[in-house]
Amino acid sequence: MYSFTRLISKRNTAVLLAGLGAGTAGFLLSENSSLAAEAKKKLYPPSSDYPDLRKHNNCMASALTPAIYAKLRDKVTPNNWTLDQCIQTGVDNPGHPFIKTVGCVAGDEESYEVFAELFDPVIKDRHNGYDPRVMKHPTDLDASKITHGMFDENYVLSSRVRTGRSIRGLSLPPACSRAERREVERVAVTALAGLKGDLAGRYYSLGDMTDKEQQQLIDDHFLFDKPVSPLLTCAFMARDWPDARGIWHNNDKTFLIWVNEEDHTRVISMEKGGNMKRVFERFCNGLKQVEHLIQERGWEFMWNERLGYILTCPSNLGTGLRAGVHVRLPKLSKDPRFSKILDNLRLQKRGTGGVDTAATGDTFDISNLDRLGKSEVELVQLVVDGVNYLIECEKRLEKGQDIKIPSPIVQFRK
Amino acid sequence: MPFGNTHNQMKMKYSSEQEYPDLSKHNNHMAKVLTQDMYKKLRERATPSGFTIDGVIQTGVDNPGHPFIMTVGCVAGDEETYEVFKDLLDPVIEDRHGGYKPTDKHKTDLNSDNLKGGDDLDPNYVLSSRVRTGRSIRGFSLPPHCSRGERRAVEKLSIEALASLSGDLKGKYYALKNMTEAEQQQLIDDHFLFDKPVSPLLLASGMARDWPDARGIWHNDNKTFLVWVNEEDHLRVISMQKGGNMKEVFTRFCTGLTKIESLFKERSHEFMWNEHLGYVLTCPSNLGTGLRAGVHVKLPNLSKNAKFEEVLKKLRLQKRGTGGVDTAAVGGVFDISNADRLGFSEVELVQMVVDGVKLLVDMEKRLEKGQSIDDLMPAQK
Repeated sequence: MYSFTRLISKRNTAVLLAGLGAGTAGFLLSENSSLAAEAKKKLYPPSSDYPDLRKHNNCMASALTPAIYAKLRDKVTPNNWTLDQCIQTGVDNPGHPFIKTVGCVAGDEESYEVFAELFDPVIKDRHNGYDPRVMKHPTDLDASKITHGMFDENYVLSSRVRTGRSIRGLSLPPACSRAERREVERVAVTALAGLKGDLAGRYYSLGDMTDKEQQQLIDDHFLFDKPVSPLLTCAFMARDWPDARGIWHNNDKTFLIWVNEEDHTRVISMEKGGNMKRVFERFCNGLKQVEHLIQERGWEFMWNERLGYILTCPSNLGTGLRAGVHVRLPKLSKDPRFSKILDNLRLQKRGTGGVDTAATGDTFDISNLDRLGKSEVELVQLVVDGVNYLIECEKRLEKGQDIKIPSPIVQFRK
Repeated sequence: MPFGNTHNQMKMKYSSEQEYPDLSKHNNHMAKVLTQDMYKKLRERATPSGFTIDGVIQTGVDNPGHPFIMTVGCVAGDEETYEVFKDLLDPVIEDRHGGYKPTDKHKTDLNSDNLKGGDDLDPNYVLSSRVRTGRSIRGFSLPPHCSRGERRAVEKLSIEALASLSGDLKGKYYALKNMTEAEQQQLIDDHFLFDKPVSPLLLASGMARDWPDARGIWHNDNKTFLVWVNEEDHLRVISMQKGGNMKEVFTRFCTGLTKIESLFKERSHEFMWNEHLGYVLTCPSNLGTGLRAGVHVKLPNLSKNAKFEEVLKKLRLQKRGTGGVDTAAVGGVFDISNADRLGFSEVELVQMVVDGVKLLVDMEKRLEKGQSIDDLMPAQK
């Protein structure tokens, strides 16, 4: 049991001075802060700070034992980001009995290393057993490898591929200062200004856009707004909104970049119709060009062979890729085997408003479940094959024929 | 964030121009005061527990404000914030508290005997009376900055102190995270339960972290004295009852507060207080007394009168809806309370409310009878 009288004796001077309202000299960062911080750490051992996770259902809560917390609490990344800051969102959002959220975010690239004892089991939990300690993640952005990537447009209404990219050397959205965030914007916008041909486009800063521009972006379904989800706001991602946030898109409106929303950049390729191959080609081509343009100026994306592309949320590591379609499946969606078929195909259904929305009518957003452990080409091919299978099922059911549940897809290459 | 916010050191790699927030569309006290030069000076500092200027101003950066309502836009993370960042906070305080100067002294008076009258506000009009304030426990960081360990320590100390109250102040503590459904419903029915803040003003300052850990409500068996633990301040202390006997409410308030203070002192703790700022609380708007004394009062006629706002201003009173701050009045019933917090003592502020509400009720009665209120117009207090 702690006697808190010790608190007073240690801080007597500062306390007395404050008590007299007397001028305490401006405490410069290096001296008094670190001394007092050290004193506080002794007064408050990790056990006193360990969060109450008994009612929690998220990956962080499953992984964060008191022992791990004790080990990691006083560590900092080179940017001085702490474990408490990584887990705040998971402490504040206990989760849902049916939906297991991740519950932690990275503040910078090094978070995944410095706090590996937490992040590794979280990654394993979220990514179906992928073990970052021993496995390697394959990156493959060669769109020419995709086969059968043209869907029947009687069923597929639109096709889309998205991912995220982080700029190495700058802190991620939970941690970044205003100057860093502005630097991300500058780096991204400068690079994007170098895109040509069908990728030539324009940047719209969230803070500066006119009402007319805003309305157009809304009509195009391009505009993103200040996050309202507590999962994001509790992770400090909405600070200083809308400073240094914006949207870039090409003139054709088929290639779109979000700057400083949940990641440094979110990259989206999309089209009406079923030409997933072409969507993915533009995606790969655009990404490669942007990467080249930032490298010319001495920047690069955060990437390593353990975790692939580094993004804010552990759920988006690896490829960060979600390839999906809006597809009509009126008969199949009512078949009791629908969920099992999706599971085995490693596909996920969402409503057409995106994550956490319900389907309207018979149209579903169908996309890959996995992000890490399979390459971009593998995941897009999986979506292509899977959606083609779903359409086959739908056609069979239309004709009164029976359908089969496919065998489950193998998880990781051995 | 808690303990030696060395994250701030990383920002020093960037110039102060690069870090300075864009306040061009902002309307709050912080934005009015924080120039580039001031930001440059203050960004190099931290309080002993590591609170920095960005922590102070984040809520004001994230909440540009409203053209009509001037919010404060900054908070304290600990007692020393008001010293270390006085370049910002002194002018904010001066602007918010009617010209209160850095050299001014604040008077504390919790002797309810000094209140004249106040026991006879007409209960046909005055439905309920309430006095609230806040208290911070010296030596602990404030809600925007505290760690879980500190917050729990504040809760533990508070529970121990409150458990020693006796007589008509004897009561019980309900931890937010442990209460049963039945207890929760009762507290809601009694209008005692506070919930996780939803206001972006509070959320952006970091006050809702770790909810509901170490938050709770204590109230006496009579349900007339209530303490909130670890909501927007370490402690919020509320005395309330139906009807118009503000004197009784204030007497219980003073007795209770004084008793709680002595119980903390027995345990070697004191409240944050100094002779310049009075009681130190999280939001600069609550410095001094931290006191809001108010009534729920029926003023259907007066509230429609063209002079209503002017009268309130002269009386140094403020109106709110009966749901509290930022709500609208329902059915002509208003929450009327003192507008000031700092530079007047507790007794002086409650006196203003008592005298002011009496006058408002008299005006209401005149208007009911179709009579004029011109001769009742008060002078500026």
